[in-house]
Amino acid sequence: MYVIIAGGGKVGQYLTKALLAEGHEVLLIEQDRREIDRLTEDLGEVVMRGDGSEMRTMKDAGMERADVVVAVTGDDGDNLVISQLAKRKFDVPRVIARVNNPKNEELFHRLGVDQTVVSTKIIFNLIEQQIETDQVIPIAALKRGNIEIVEIDLSSDSKVKGITVGMLDLPEDTLIISVIRGDHAIIPHADTMLKSDDSVIAMVKANQEVQLRQVFASNNQK
Amino acid sequence: MKIVILGCGRMGSIMAKRLSAVGHSVSVIDQDADAFRRLDDFNGKMVLGNGLDPDVLIRAGIEGADAFVAVTNGDNRNITSVQIAKEIFSVPKVLARIYDPMRAAAYDELGIPTLCTTVIGAGLMADYLLNKQWGDISHYCDMPLD
Repeated sequence: MYVIIAGGGKVGQYLTKALLAEGHEVLLIEQDRREIDRLTEDLGEVVMRGDGSEMRTMKDAGMERADVVVAVTGDDGDNLVISQLAKRKFDVPRVIARVNNPKNEELFHRLGVDQTVVSTKIIFNLIEQQIETDQVIPIAALKRGNIEIVEIDLSSDSKVKGITVGMLDLPEDTLIISVIRGDHAIIPHADTMLKSDDSVIAMVKANQEVQLRQVFASNNQK
Repeated sequence: MKIVILGCGRMGSIMAKRLSAVGHSVSVIDQDADAFRRLDDFNGKMVLGNGLDPDVLIRAGIEGADAFVAVTNGDNRNITSVQIAKEIFSVPKVLARIYDPMRAAAYDELGIPTLCTTVIGAGLMADYLLNKQWGDISHYCDMPLD
């Protein structure tokens, strides 16, 4: 594959390195003259100086034969223009853009840049999961239908310790798939009793994860 | 009219003062507080912030604005903010000032109204040097670039 990456910051640099290691043809475009030497030293002769959002640079980079264009500069305006021109002017089949301000994600989608990466949001979500859920670990997300499979570790003072699965006051659209106790995975029934240190595997609509979490929370948490 | 101007440089500040002087409700956004010094004798609104942030645009009154014009020094910033105004906030009349002629042409084709001051300035100057009568703006905008 021929991949063009615009923006030689940390993301662009490591992405170039990873793709080169996989045997892809990669071109990294960076505007700042001072960064070129450092990047070339690290990556070899795959770095081009130029404004990645300029039609001339895009032509020189051979954008019309690119399979993938990745816009990862630190500026949403630059990333949007690079993506739009790559897609609409050079018919690049796959365009991925980094969105620095999470509020601009919707705009990128509306303007036809369908693949976006919002690093602020990803990190925020990770932090939120750490802080808020403590014991709810997402296992998988099923894209269609917005369903997530989560693992919930019951603490010793969990509200549901000692009650049965059937007695749980679950949010709508939730399914308890399994209870893991020690090394055993139990297929639960309504009368399966929950114990401390159990892990519950559940399927839940993404927007009801918070409610689900509250059902299993410790007594001293709200 | 309710008009939002992004960029309080020379062009933005002159436009703001002119439009405000003839009775329009104008607000100007810039991320540099110092830029507002150009707005002496201006009774519109000054908003400090990043014009690509929808919250900043809302503070400037983009919801329900009749027109939005972007005249920052960054072509991409102007193009992006104009698309936010048009697509997210449904502002009926938008315009982006663009320095790079090829970028302006590309976006014009994509249906984003742009004004490339570079080609207009170059055309006017060349005509002046050649003792030609100055023509219509569209004459300069449509001139081939090569």
